[in-house]
Amino acid sequence: MKILLVDDSTTMRRIQKNTLEKLGHTDVTEAGDGAEAIAKLAAGGFELVLMDWNMPNMTGIEALKKIKADPALKSIPVIMVTSESEKTRIMEAISSGAANYVVKPFQPDTLAEKIASIKK
Amino acid sequence: MASPVKVEHINPFVTATAETFKSMLRATVTPGKLMLIRGNKLQSDISGIIGLSGGAQGSIILSFPRITALKAVSEFIGEKVLAIDETVKDAIGELANIVAGAAKKDLTQYKISISLPTVIIGDGHEVQGGKDVIPMAVPFESPFGPFYLIVSFKSEA
Repeated sequence: MKILLVDDSTTMRRIQKNTLEKLGHTDVTEAGDGAEAIAKLAAGGFELVLMDWNMPNMTGIEALKKIKADPALKSIPVIMVTSESEKTRIMEAISSGAANYVVKPFQPDTLAEKIASIKK
Repeated sequence: MASPVKVEHINPFVTATAETFKSMLRATVTPGKLMLIRGNKLQSDISGIIGLSGGAQGSIILSFPRITALKAVSEFIGEKVLAIDETVKDAIGELANIVAGAAKKDLTQYKISISLPTVIIGDGHEVQGGKDVIPMAVPFESPFGPFYLIVSFKSEA
């Protein structure tokens, strides 16, 4: 599974990448903000996006809306992985097309479960 | 006249700090007695700062002595770090970001927005109070050593 991991924190990218590798996902591309994510998705072939919310240049929610408005990208499931913990934010992400939502802080198992639910 | 941050505005950040360390660093941290920052300048080596805006203004700061930061970040990223570098800087900023975000769910009435993290590095830098509100510091004990959570929170209501 080709995965795009989007987070402005190199630490969070490293932690999530380690979790993905333990789950057997080694084809992981990284992006540091929403704009970089959109540019990298244009290369094609991605099957899952893990997206932070608060990032410079283009936020995760803006990038999610762009992905879902693009006929070439909208079928790619996007899981938001963010510290935004309020229900209104979760609802906004889901109504904008997010496939699932992981609130930081999270246990690695939680991320694994959300990814597994996408694969089914 | 400036007044101290209310306890009800500090508690969500204390809970969020404990949750964050439990989930992301597999560590139990214990808060100590609240301290007024005024007259109690805190000395730290690295601080992660998140600005708060919306129905409340202020900031939260996670402030660490060097040794605590190195041990905590080593656990956070799963690799031993020996010096305060870009990796440690990013990790401390992310910890502050996670704490601020997690606390928001208990402060929904204020519709708070959180800033991107700012990290200050400097041996023994001082953290002081502001003009409009007197920040409160919560000392924490952790398996990595002591650190502080500093909350500055002023609501419009």
